Amino acid sequence: MFDMSKQKKLVSVVGLKMYFPIYSGVLRRHTGDVKAVDDVSFEIYEGETLGLVGESGCGKSTCGRAVLRLYEPTAGTIEIDGREIAKADQTALRKMRPIMQMVFQDPQASLNPRMTVADIIAEPLSEHTRKTGKERLDRIYELMDAVGLNRDFANRYPHEFSGGQRQRIGIARALALNPKFIVCDEPIAALDVSIQAQVVNLLEDLQKDFGLTYLFISHDLSMVRHIADRVAVMYLGKIVELAPRDGLYEDPHHPYTKALLSAVPEPDPVAHDEANRVILQGDVPSPSNPPQGCNFCTRCPSVMDICKRDDPEFREITPGRFVACHLFNETQTAG
Amino acid sequence: MLDGAKPSVLDVKDLKTVFKTRRGEVHAVNNVSFHLEPGELLGVVGESGSGKSVTMMSLIGLLPMPPAEVRNGHVMFGGKDLLRATDEELRAIRGARIGFIFQDPMTSLNPVFNVGFQVMEPLRKHMGLTKSQARKRAVDLLELVGIPDAARRLKDFPHQFSGGMRQRVMIAIALACDPEVLIADEPTTALDVTIQAQILELVHDLRRKLGMAIVWITHDLGVIAGIADRVLVMYGGQVVEQGPVRELFANPKHPYTRALLETVPHVRGARAERLEVIQGQPPMLSGQPTACPFRDRCAEALPRCSQENPWRVSIGAGHDVACFWDADTGRPRDV
Repeated sequence: MFDMSKQKKLVSVVGLKMYFPIYSGVLRRHTGDVKAVDDVSFEIYEGETLGLVGESGCGKSTCGRAVLRLYEPTAGTIEIDGREIAKADQTALRKMRPIMQMVFQDPQASLNPRMTVADIIAEPLSEHTRKTGKERLDRIYELMDAVGLNRDFANRYPHEFSGGQRQRIGIARALALNPKFIVCDEPIAALDVSIQAQVVNLLEDLQKDFGLTYLFISHDLSMVRHIADRVAVMYLGKIVELAPRDGLYEDPHHPYTKALLSAVPEPDPVAHDEANRVILQGDVPSPSNPPQGCNFCTRCPSVMDICKRDDPEFREITPGRFVACHLFNETQTAG
Repeated sequence: MLDGAKPSVLDVKDLKTVFKTRRGEVHAVNNVSFHLEPGELLGVVGESGSGKSVTMMSLIGLLPMPPAEVRNGHVMFGGKDLLRATDEELRAIRGARIGFIFQDPMTSLNPVFNVGFQVMEPLRKHMGLTKSQARKRAVDLLELVGIPDAARRLKDFPHQFSGGMRQRVMIAIALACDPEVLIADEPTTALDVTIQAQILELVHDLRRKLGMAIVWITHDLGVIAGIADRVLVMYGGQVVEQGPVRELFANPKHPYTRALLETVPHVRGARAERLEVIQGQPPMLSGQPTACPFRDRCAEALPRCSQENPWRVSIGAGHDVACFWDADTGRPRDV
């Protein structure tokens, strides 16, 4: 498995907040915020895949977009490849764009239906490089080969492709400028089961061949277990647990991680009969009005009094394992 | 499995549904046969385009005709052939004796009527209850599906419910007239895993209390493993394998079922370094099928597979498979 100690940090996010203001009343006064991402910190090492999991509305996609400055973050610092992103001006940011790219969830919506595959892949090249037409075409073919698309289809339009192939076009576009870091925002969620494995294997091959670093955002816990080296679990705008993959799946610490993992149905009828499920009651609270104390206290099976008062600190309890939960603060003070 | 032991509540024979499009005919459902026993839960698995939803829509006349055309088959329900029933007869059955739950609870509830009206509608139409009787039963139904404070929530509109609660409302409507058969089309696909776990738990409870037969359509093998008694695997508009749930997961015989089970990663147990892949794309289904729909993606394809479309042969107690290749002997099947 991936050895963290020898690697350098490629991405480092500290205290990232992304609030979306709510304006209400006749005067459209600022009356509150949707705290989509609320004080999130993590690091991604060169060549690794960090999985970011959580349920819909937990802020994982917003987090991924804010890291690439597709939103203007409310607070926090983001450093990618040694350069500050969160407060960089547009000229500096534009120079940074080639090294950080994104693969979107819905390949149907993220490809312009009026551009051919060649146009789509060429767009970043003509924006950021000075290649001649011939050089550009060579690069397009090279990229199509890399993602397993037939070169003969370069002049076709996105609607002529299946979902899996469209996602390959999106991946080729993201690779065009030799990026170091790619945010994959639910890249397989819209695909059929038999096609998902094809795309995930492609992403793994490309990572090996080009030394890419991924932030892999997904709600599919079994696929994240397959692709990620380390995994961060988000709930209501905060990371509740961050740990190496095997540790997280074999011995989840945070009650939410435990519940989330036990809720995933296994494709094995025998395991179902033996499973001891933690079924969470209720729904996720609104991020515009999170509960006092720990965000998870309204649904937590092991809630304590302190959870309703104080927000637990996100801290490293053993090397490499971070948890935000009062249960682990107690064991620390007791032991 | 128990053929002949119990009379089927629903018996589908050689159902064939065709869509007429400008580019020719699409053979969405090809000679699909299955039966449903009283009180059992039949899982129907398949990828998008495998014909699982179209099968269920055709048998209760919910497809727009044209472009759809049910060309062949018998659907026996309560001594009547539904495919030959008049619109009026069908209307008396739909929503009363056969309940339906659709995938997306937001789009299948009417946004301009309150939830109470929508739960009461089938009660008044089909059961002829008065307004106050219907209201009383609506409250009981919402309580049955676990909606807190049901009496007060009757006046609320669908947008005031969360996704999981909306799906509970849909289930309440489907159960309103004590149906003999409930058809659930991907009822948990749009929901988060923790909410999906709540709904699956609810279905377990309801089956124990009410004992109706259920057809549960999904692409998620994990969900099927947890709730089904018997499984139908569909591919390219056909049933490729059918069997009791434990038998099917332990001894899958069709190359597609086997590949599908291998391609999904797991949350628990051993982790594969590389995902198994089903190469290629699902078939287009244009024209009358004269060969096995899976042959182009099949690792075991024989010359015969492109000349004849395999039919279902029984290979043990209630287990049948449509394949010319015998997984047990590793040789062509003698049929």
